[in-house]
Amino acid sequence: MELTREEESALKGEQGEIMQMAYRILVATGEATDAEKLIPIEWAHLSGVNYNTIGDAGEEFLSTISKNARVIVKTTLNPMGFDIDNVSNYNLDENFISKQLSIRNSYVTMGVIPSFSCIPYEIFDIPKNGTQVAFAESNAAIHANSYDNLKTNKESAFSALASAIVGKSPYSSLRKEDTPNITIRMKIKNPDELTYGMLGFYAGKIGDTSVNISGLAKMDQRQCKAMCGGMGTSGTCAKFNFGEGDPNIEKIDFDEKEMLKVHDELNTAEKGDLITLGSPQLGLDEISDLTAKLKGRSFQKRCMVFLPRTVKEQAQKIGYITELERAGCEILSDCCTCLTPLICKDDIDAVTTNSIKGAFYLKNSNGIDVNLKSLKEIIEDETR
Amino acid sequence: MNKILVAGKVEGIVLKSNDPINFLGTVDKKTGIITDKNHTLFEKSIKNSILVFPSGVGSSVGAYTIYSIKSNNTAPIAMICKKADLTVATGCALANIPLITITDEQFESIKTGMKVILDTDTTTLIHYQ
Repeated sequence: MELTREEESALKGEQGEIMQMAYRILVATGEATDAEKLIPIEWAHLSGVNYNTIGDAGEEFLSTISKNARVIVKTTLNPMGFDIDNVSNYNLDENFISKQLSIRNSYVTMGVIPSFSCIPYEIFDIPKNGTQVAFAESNAAIHANSYDNLKTNKESAFSALASAIVGKSPYSSLRKEDTPNITIRMKIKNPDELTYGMLGFYAGKIGDTSVNISGLAKMDQRQCKAMCGGMGTSGTCAKFNFGEGDPNIEKIDFDEKEMLKVHDELNTAEKGDLITLGSPQLGLDEISDLTAKLKGRSFQKRCMVFLPRTVKEQAQKIGYITELERAGCEILSDCCTCLTPLICKDDIDAVTTNSIKGAFYLKNSNGIDVNLKSLKEIIEDETR
Repeated sequence: MNKILVAGKVEGIVLKSNDPINFLGTVDKKTGIITDKNHTLFEKSIKNSILVFPSGVGSSVGAYTIYSIKSNNTAPIAMICKKADLTVATGCALANIPLITITDEQFESIKTGMKVILDTDTTTLIHYQ
């Protein structure tokens, strides 16, 4: 990797320990991904926020570096473990809460915007076409590359943090021109968001860094997010190219048979003890739609609804939150289904959700069975 | 292929594993001992070794584990892999543990117990003693 004189000097430690560490991370990442240089980025989105995932080692690390480290580009943040407004309603121990708040404080001290959201593309303005960013959250990286005309690799928590501190990222992989070597042909008729989640999950297993995808009808935001979330869960792939692509490359059908395989892998229960909506978190359009669907109806069991704090505030003003709470929803901002400490296998055997991403992590991290249903089915079956 | 991911110079004894290593969950952070019963290095300590293994596997949070074992003084003094994966690369970068990748032939010839000098300022990188 070619470094400028200034970058070399930072790597040697001449600009302090924090810069040295940040450059060490960028160089190690760059060498691992065959980057030839570093390039400027305008926005970093960090993962590694939830105490449930980064643990004591992460909390201590962030606490140490936050004494000196500062981010120099716009930097936003993934969800944490709970919503401080209602954490007392859940069975979380004091240690978890204090460690999580320490993590929050460390990020805020470093100058990070405490957005606690996995859908930065929906709650912040999108920069102009072709802007280089560094997104660590997988669904956000895929959405940025596929729908928002931004350029990012699927960054790690560390490369994104180092990029935020230095304002640069390794120039590798998806930041350059990218030509997928495989095309997936969507063959399912009348797909809903669950179908698109499964398609994304399937594509993530097959694709290397990007895939072509053809046969898609016009998709709404819920369906786009489901597809990005599904893909980010199953592999390293971080971009959809829409269309058939090069006629000479391999084509694979996503048909009923393939969909059933994904469904059987992730659907492990006939019914759930509670429902979760949101992974990725719900945006304002989805909240508006959910409110309309629940008019005059109520959930017959617990239903957790995850959304960013900014969306909660907007929804409160419009009156959606009152209506959702009336229908029995538990409204949670700053956190998400994915890797939540709020759903514990000691209390819950199975969860009903329309999220493939949520299903994967509930199963693999929380050890909880999952009952997959589309939102339409959830409303039909679980409300009166 | 030879790559220098984290630069440095150290001298020590090789501990080699033909299995990949998942740092999250299989390394005891207080002792540096491998706790996975199915791993070839089960019950062995990686502390102060030059750890040679094919690559890292598992969650990227494993990078924090590498940082932790370094803070606890139970980390290897260097790592040598066949393939550079992002978890080990960023973990070693955080902890400032020298890390290089080597060819399949070099990987075959390096054995547990060998005394070597790893120096990323030299073209051969590894010097057998």
